[in-house]
Amino acid sequence: MNLRDLFRRRSPSGKDIAKQRLLLVLAHDRANISPGMLEILKDEIIAVISKHLEIEPDKVEVNFTEDQRETRLVADIPLRTGGARRRTD
Amino acid sequence: MGKIITVSSGKGGVGKTTTTANLGLGLAMLGKRVICIDADIGLRNLDVMLGLENRIVYDIVNVIEGRCELKKALVRDKRYPALKLLPAAQTRDKNAISEEDMENLAHQAAEITDYVLIDSPAGIEHGFRYATRPAELVLIVTNPEVSAVRDADRVIGLLEANGRAEAKLIINRMRPEMVRRNEMLDADEVVELLAIDLIGIIPDDQDILAAANRGQPVVLDDRSETGQAFRDITQRLEGADIPFLPLKGPSLLQKIFGR
Repeated sequence: MNLRDLFRRRSPSGKDIAKQRLLLVLAHDRANISPGMLEILKDEIIAVISKHLEIEPDKVEVNFTEDQRETRLVADIPLRTGGARRRTD
Repeated sequence: MGKIITVSSGKGGVGKTTTTANLGLGLAMLGKRVICIDADIGLRNLDVMLGLENRIVYDIVNVIEGRCELKKALVRDKRYPALKLLPAAQTRDKNAISEEDMENLAHQAAEITDYVLIDSPAGIEHGFRYATRPAELVLIVTNPEVSAVRDADRVIGLLEANGRAEAKLIINRMRPEMVRRNEMLDADEVVELLAIDLIGIIPDDQDILAAANRGQPVVLDDRSETGQAFRDITQRLEGADIPFLPLKGPSLLQKIFGR
């Protein structure tokens, strides 16, 4: 190992960057939706859910997951603490 | 009936024609009868890869337009006469062929041979559609880099949507020393991303260019690691269970003394 390798180790490798970028473009390509459209979709989901539940809009995550060649849209929508607590009275 | 296989990629320049030439010749070396069809109308290149460019009389469009019998248009390889080439037309464009034309032609060829290998044009338009239409197996050539893998994924998606052909992956231009330094995607990662079966890993090697310059595909060179990688694919096409070569790259001695 030389000095260059030692420094390189601190930042992600070219391989890892390539893989991360590919994961993202492949997900968008397969679902046929651009990253910008996904943001719009996310905002609309937040708006709809907010009508019925109190959520944490800043913590909402909408992403694709890949299992073999099956693509899934996964939304993680945290509820505001106490906001969704069932009324007991 | 022979097996109809199309070599495709989406992206240009990843090594489709080189792959077709080497697999065609490699299968002929196994004693199989092979007809290679250059489907890249207007950008004919399989002839030069195979070193057969000086012996062309007729081309694929002549056959499709009925001016010439298929058998008469085939150029026979002198090294392995079991290999025959149906050249592309150089001065026409891809609209000279319809999907039905290619389907009929490939099936006609399959009647007189063990393998029909179709070299697809780059892209995902008409040329890709007619070249893959008759195939029962599509070999998708990619390189271990972002744009080539992305384009391969598009092609796989399109083939899946048609639901017609099985697809297998060939990763070309693998550079073991870059993989070792974590600078390049390794084969496992490409396979995981694309989620299709792998049938070959071809190391990036100066042998390929040198061989292409001479019109003597590298598969003919029994000392070449790249040639071995192509020969392994031909065995796998024949159903043999051949393990993937560990890519060692040039040894220190080879680097110092050349090959």
